[in-house]
Amino acid sequence: MTELIKLTAAELAEKIHAREVSAVEVTQAHLDRIGEVDDHIHAFLHVDTEGALAAAKAVDEGIAGGNAPASALAGVPLALKDVLTTEGIPTTCGSKTLEGWIPPYDATVTRKLREAGVVILGKTNMDEFAMGSSTENSAYGPTHNPWDHARIPGGSGGGSSASIAAFEAAIAIGTDTGGSIRQPGSVTGTVGVKPTYGGVSRYGLVAFSSSLDQAGPCARTVLDAALLHEVIAGHDPLDSTSIDAPVPPVVAAARQGMTGDLKGVKVGVVKEFGGDGYQPGVERSFQAAVDQLRALGAAVVEVSCPHFVYALPAYYLIAPSECSSNLARFDAMRYGLRVADDGTHSAEEVMSLTREKGFGAEVKRRIMLGTYALSSGYYDAYYGSAQKVRTLITRDFAAAFEKVDVLVSPTTPTTAFKIGERVDDPMAMYLADLCTIPSNLAGNAAMSVPSGLSDEDGLPVGLQIMAPALADDRLYRVGAAYEAARDAAAGGSLVHKVPELGGTK
Amino acid sequence: MTAVAELMDYADVIERFDPVLGLEVHVELNTKTKMFCGCENEFGGEPNTKVCPTCLGLPGALPALNGKAVEGAIRIGLALNCEIAEWCRFARKNYFYPDMPKNFQTSQYDEPIAFNGYLDVTLDDGEVVRVEIERAHMEEDTGKSLHVGGATGRIHGAEHSLLDYNRAGVPLIEIVTKTIEGTGERAPEVARAYVSALRDLLRALDVSDVRMDQGSLRCDANISLMAKDATEFGTRTETKNVNSLRSVERAVRYEMTRQAAILAEGGSIKQETRHFQEADGTTSSGRTKETAEDYRYFPEPDLVPIAPAREWVEELRGTLPEMPSERRKRIQTEWSLSDEALRDLLNVGAVDLVAATVEAGASPDEARGWWVNTLAQEANTREVELADLAITPKQVAEVIGLVSSGELTNKLAKEVVQGVLAGEGEPREVVEKRGLKVVSDDSALLAAIDEALAGQPDVADKIRGGKVAAAGAIVGAVMKATKGQADAKRVRELIIERVGS
Amino acid sequence: MPNISRDEVAHLAKLARLAVTDDEIDVFAGQLDQILDSVAKVSEVAAADVPPTSHAVPLTNVFREDVVRPGLTQQQALAGAPAAEDGRFRVPRILGEEQ
Repeated sequence: MTELIKLTAAELAEKIHAREVSAVEVTQAHLDRIGEVDDHIHAFLHVDTEGALAAAKAVDEGIAGGNAPASALAGVPLALKDVLTTEGIPTTCGSKTLEGWIPPYDATVTRKLREAGVVILGKTNMDEFAMGSSTENSAYGPTHNPWDHARIPGGSGGGSSASIAAFEAAIAIGTDTGGSIRQPGSVTGTVGVKPTYGGVSRYGLVAFSSSLDQAGPCARTVLDAALLHEVIAGHDPLDSTSIDAPVPPVVAAARQGMTGDLKGVKVGVVKEFGGDGYQPGVERSFQAAVDQLRALGAAVVEVSCPHFVYALPAYYLIAPSECSSNLARFDAMRYGLRVADDGTHSAEEVMSLTREKGFGAEVKRRIMLGTYALSSGYYDAYYGSAQKVRTLITRDFAAAFEKVDVLVSPTTPTTAFKIGERVDDPMAMYLADLCTIPSNLAGNAAMSVPSGLSDEDGLPVGLQIMAPALADDRLYRVGAAYEAARDAAAGGSLVHKVPELGGTK
Repeated sequence: MTAVAELMDYADVIERFDPVLGLEVHVELNTKTKMFCGCENEFGGEPNTKVCPTCLGLPGALPALNGKAVEGAIRIGLALNCEIAEWCRFARKNYFYPDMPKNFQTSQYDEPIAFNGYLDVTLDDGEVVRVEIERAHMEEDTGKSLHVGGATGRIHGAEHSLLDYNRAGVPLIEIVTKTIEGTGERAPEVARAYVSALRDLLRALDVSDVRMDQGSLRCDANISLMAKDATEFGTRTETKNVNSLRSVERAVRYEMTRQAAILAEGGSIKQETRHFQEADGTTSSGRTKETAEDYRYFPEPDLVPIAPAREWVEELRGTLPEMPSERRKRIQTEWSLSDEALRDLLNVGAVDLVAATVEAGASPDEARGWWVNTLAQEANTREVELADLAITPKQVAEVIGLVSSGELTNKLAKEVVQGVLAGEGEPREVVEKRGLKVVSDDSALLAAIDEALAGQPDVADKIRGGKVAAAGAIVGAVMKATKGQADAKRVRELIIERVGS
Repeated sequence: MPNISRDEVAHLAKLARLAVTDDEIDVFAGQLDQILDSVAKVSEVAAADVPPTSHAVPLTNVFREDVVRPGLTQQQALAGAPAAEDGRFRVPRILGEEQ
C-alpha cells in the first residue's frame, strides 16, 4: 500500500488503466494515509470517504466494462482546495462564516474533475477566503509543513500543497490570486502552476479578487501538473472572463521537456528579484537552477522589469478592493452563519454582528483596506493608481517577452517560516508573494518547480518560471527539462526527501 | 409624527418659482431570461423558484451577460436619439441591502451604453417639448421583501421580513433625463407626458411590458424649485413609488407646492428621498441623504467590456419601428383626423388601440368612436388606463363587425362590451349567454308589427296617406315588444312594406 | 498621505458592516496606517498618460444567448438559509429603506 502513495499520478493512472491495481485500492491507500498522518498535517477540512470510494468504483467498473478511461487521470485521487464549490460536500473557504455550508452546485473545475474520473478525496485547508501566505488564517487551525511541522506549508493553499507533499493525495487543486499555488509549492518542494488568467474557469471558485484569481494544478511532478492542467482547463461560457481558445499543449510540452533539451530557449532572469530581503540559501539555489538551465542549452540573459517592485503595493490595493465587494454577500441573510437573531436586533445589526463574528482578522483588515481604497476621494490615488501600475507591469512583461521566451526568479524570497512568526506583522507576511504577484496582475502563466533545498536550513526552495499569456506550454517544457536534470543530479525527486511522518505536531 | 405639510397655492408657486425636474425611469426588459443568468424572466410566480446560484449571489457563482438585453439597451438608446458607446463597462455599486443578493448591484457608472439623446413630448394642447436624455444604462433588478407583523406590510413596525429573489437579476434599463427647466406651470404635465411618451416608445420597441402597476416601468422624480431671481438650482428631493401616469403629475405638483411653502417661510429643503402616497396624493419623508452615499463604484471584474461594433448598431437601427410621434402624423393623414380629433385620441391614450382595432378589420371612424367615447368612459369609471381595460382591440373590432352585419344594434353592442369587460368571454359568447341577438327573423318581426298596427289603426292610414314619419310610433312599439333586440331600420322597412301591401 | 484615525476606521467598519470592537479599532488603525503608507508608493509611477487596467485579459463582447437554463428548486435555494418561511428567506426586521 505505501508503495502506491509514493507513485506519481501518471504512474497511478497507468496502473489503474492497465488494471494492475484498482482505483478503489489506490483511493483506499490514500484514505488510509490521510487517516494516519492528517492529525499531524491537518491538510484536510473534510474527507469524503464515501464519495471518493464511489467515484473510484465507478472508474474501475468503467474500465472493467471495456470502456476507455474518461481521462488520463481517471481513478487518480486528488485533494480539492476548499474554495471550489462541491455539490453535496461542505465548502467553507476556511471561514467560520461558511461553516457547514453545502453548495447546491459544482464549480466548473469540480465538474470537469468528476467527468474526468478524478477521485476527489476531500477539501483542503486554506487561509480564510484565500487571504494569506501561511494557512494560519484558516478558522479551522493551521496546516503543518510536512518538511517541518513547526513551519507553514505556504498559503493560501497550504492544505493542497501539504497534502501532496505528505503523500495524502497524488495531485491537488489550488487557486492563485497572488501566489497561493506557487508559494505553497515552493515551500513544500512540490510543483504548482498558475495558468493564464481565463485559462481555467472561475465558475464556482469562491471569489477573493476576481480579476486575479485563477485555479491551477498542484503536483509532485511537472508532468502530473500538466495532466491535471489539461483536465481542468478550457473555455466555459459560465465564466465571461474565460478564454475561448484551445488549451495550450501542456502535456506534450512536458513530455518534450523531459527529454532534457532546452537549446534555442531564451531565459530571462528578472533583475529586480534578488538581493535585499532574499534568504542567501534561496538565492544560491536559484543561481544553481539558472546554471542548470544554461547547461541544458538555454540562452540566459538578465532582464529588467522596473515596475515589478510596484506589484506588491498595487496588489494590496486591487485585491482588498475587489475582496471588500466580493465578500459583501456574506451577510447572514441567505446562507452561512447568522448570529444575534434573537428578535431584538434588526437585519442590519445581525449583518454587522455576524460579519464581525464570522470573519477573521486578516479578512476584516483587507475588507477595510479595500473599502478605504475604493472610497470617493481616495479612489484615484489608490485603486486608480494601482490599476495603472497593472498596465505598467503588463508592459514590462511584454517588453521582456520580446527578448526572451520565459522569465525566471525565485518563487518566494525565503523558505518556509515558522508558524506564528509573521502573524502579527501583516507587511512581513505580504512579502512572501513579492515575486509571484506580477503574473497575477498581468494575467500571464507562471509555475513554481522545486529547485532543491536551501543549504542553510535544509528546506525546499522553488524556481519560478513565467511565460506569456496563453503560452502555458513553455512553463511545462522548461519546468520538465529542469526537473529531469535536477532529479538526475540529485538522485531522485526532491519531495521523496521529505521526512517520514508521524513526528510531533 | 408626520405633521401635515403646509402647501402653497399653485398659482403662487408659479409666480415666485421655476420648477426644475429630473426624471429617472427604470424599465424591466421583457427578455426570456435574466440579465446575468439563464433564469426565467417573468413577473410573479411561487417565491424563489426562478433562481440559480448567480442571481441568488451564492459564493462562487458568476454573471454571464444576456446579449438580448444589450440589444434592447442599444435599441432603446437609438430610439431616444442617443449616441451608443464605442466601449463601455459594467461597474459594481456597493451597498448593503437584504433584497440585493451580492450586496452590490451590477450596473453601469460613468460608462453608460447610451447617452446624449432626446425625446420629443407632445402635451395635451399639442405643444411639443423636447426632453433631453442624459443616459440610458443597463443594470439588474433586486429581489422583493415582504414585511411581516406591524401594520399593513409596511417596513415600519414589522417583526421580520421575508425575501423572494425571483425578481433579482431581471434586466433593467435606467433612463435618466437631463434637468428639465423652463416648463413653468406645465412642469407636472410635462413630467406625465414624458413618461407617457416614453412608455409608448418602449411599447413600440417591444422591449418591455411597460406595466407601471406591475413595476415593469418605474419613475423616480427629482424636483427642485428656483426662486425667480436665483442663478443656482435649489436643493432637490427624489420622489419614489410613483406607480401611474396620473401619479407622476400629482407627485410633481405636490412637491412643488410643498417645497414652495417651506422656501417662502425662509426654510430650506432637505435633500431626501420621498415616497408618493397614492391614497392622498402627498409625499412623505424617507431616507435623508445628508452625505452623498459612498457606493465605491469600480469596474466589474467578472464581466468584460462591451464594444458594440458600428455595423451592429446600424443593423439595430434598422430594426427600429416607426416612432410613435411619426406614426401619429401618418395616422392623422390616413384617418383624415382633425387636430382636435387627434388630440382627443391622444388624451385618452387610444392611438395604439384604435390602430390595432383598425388592423383587426374595423373602420377608423367606428374604432375611434368606440375607444374615445364608450371605452374611455369605462376606463374613467374604473380608474384604469384605457389600455388596461379587459377588452382587446380584436374584441372591439369583432363587436363593430357584428353591428355592421346587422347582428347587433348599437345598443346591444354596448351590452356585449359590458359583458366582455365583466369577463364573460369573447363577444360572441356574451351574445349567446345574454341572448342579445337581434331579432332578425322577419316572421317574428311581422307578427309584432301586425300586432302594433292593429293597436293603432290610424297610424296605418297616415302612412298610406304618405306620412311615412308616422311609422316611428309603430317602430317604437315593435322595439318595445322585442325588448330592443330588433334592428330598427329593418322594422321600418317591414312596416312600410306591410302597410303598402 | 495616510494617517488613519480611529474615527475613519470606525466609519470604514460601518460601511463594510463589521461590528468591530474598540480594541480592534486601535489595532486596525495602526495596521491600516502602516499598509497604506507602504502601498501609497503606487502613485509614484501612476502617471496621467498611463491607462488603467481593469481586466487581465483584453476580451470584449462576451454575450450569452437569451435561453432559459434550469436553476435551483425552491428547496435547494432555501437549503442553506439560516431561516425560511413560506418559501422565502426569513430575515430580521429591516430598518433601512430600499435604495
